[in-house]
Amino acid sequence: MTLFAVYVVNRAGGLIYQYDNNLPRTDVEKTFSYPLELVLKPQDNKIGVVFGQRDGIKVGHVVQAVNGVPVNGTLLEDGQEVLDIVSNEANYPIAIKFGRPKLRTNEKIMLASMFHSLFVIGSQLSPEPQSSGIEVLETDAFKLHCFQTLTGIKFMVLADPKAPAVDAFLKKVHEIYADFALKNPFYSIDMPIRCELFDTNIQACLEQAEKTGITNV
Amino acid sequence: MVVYNFYLFDRVGTCLYYAEWCRRKKAGMANVEEYKLMYGMLFSIKSFITRISPVDLKDGFLCYSTSKYKLHFYETASGLKFVLNTDSGVPGNLRDTLHQIYSQIYVEHIVKNPMCSLGDPISSELFKSKLDEFVRALPVFSAKTS
Repeated sequence: MTLFAVYVVNRAGGLIYQYDNNLPRTDVEKTFSYPLELVLKPQDNKIGVVFGQRDGIKVGHVVQAVNGVPVNGTLLEDGQEVLDIVSNEANYPIAIKFGRPKLRTNEKIMLASMFHSLFVIGSQLSPEPQSSGIEVLETDAFKLHCFQTLTGIKFMVLADPKAPAVDAFLKKVHEIYADFALKNPFYSIDMPIRCELFDTNIQACLEQAEKTGITNV
Repeated sequence: MVVYNFYLFDRVGTCLYYAEWCRRKKAGMANVEEYKLMYGMLFSIKSFITRISPVDLKDGFLCYSTSKYKLHFYETASGLKFVLNTDSGVPGNLRDTLHQIYSQIYVEHIVKNPMCSLGDPISSELFKSKLDEFVRALPVFSAKTS
């Protein structure tokens, strides 16, 4: 029954606020012997699994740690290249931790803009007149709820597929936006939201939603 | 409960079949462009959910709803994409229905037909009538037309 993340998108499609709440971690650590059955390749400044999906380690996962030492990009903390360590037989048996790559801020901005466009296309392709854009996008792992206000601001929430009453939560987020962002004289509309009270209230609302099951509005 | 229309795309994006039962708003663009837009949207949605998802996905994109309609999606392992637009009152998703369309209608009447070339738009009358019959027999289909 968790809400994973909140995104607020402005009228132009730019991300103005993002908060991650309880993202489930999918890390798997395993000990391997030489030769490594997975094929690792550098992808976008990280080392990713390209082939050899097994035991919870899927294609698309990236190396997060080697022998307990966290990996930063393609290098370990002491500057060694991960691919060099992995191809050297002398280092085996080796314990490598894999997990889904964490989204960086730039990627989140891109995804928010992507959804902004998909929202409009959903309305354009409608077989019924006067349709809104995509309000709920369902997959087997999450449901993305989107609420567009009359002014064009979109509030999006990534939630568990079984989470109830997310619409009420989105309306509450809109209320918090109106109270702590719009009424803040130092905040300019359509700009990234950097208001402390907005952050505090969103977090409090998320906590309350988890404890009481979003019946608080 | 209304079924609006149906699209079938192959793995490269060719629209193999399009059928409509009750469409109250035309796309505002030529048919070919609409198919490309639909395919492009589905491709982007699939890419979007893979990246934004907090955990690994098994089935991927299932459906989306707007205020007026719901789009159900099913992709086979061979990259065939089945899309059905219904009204938003339909609960859950019609993946099983789309899977039945695939296995009972597409595989039976197109794949097993030596005269039907698989990369080309479907012109088989048998497929058209079987699909139409199947969709009209669905519990979510209503005879109400505009």
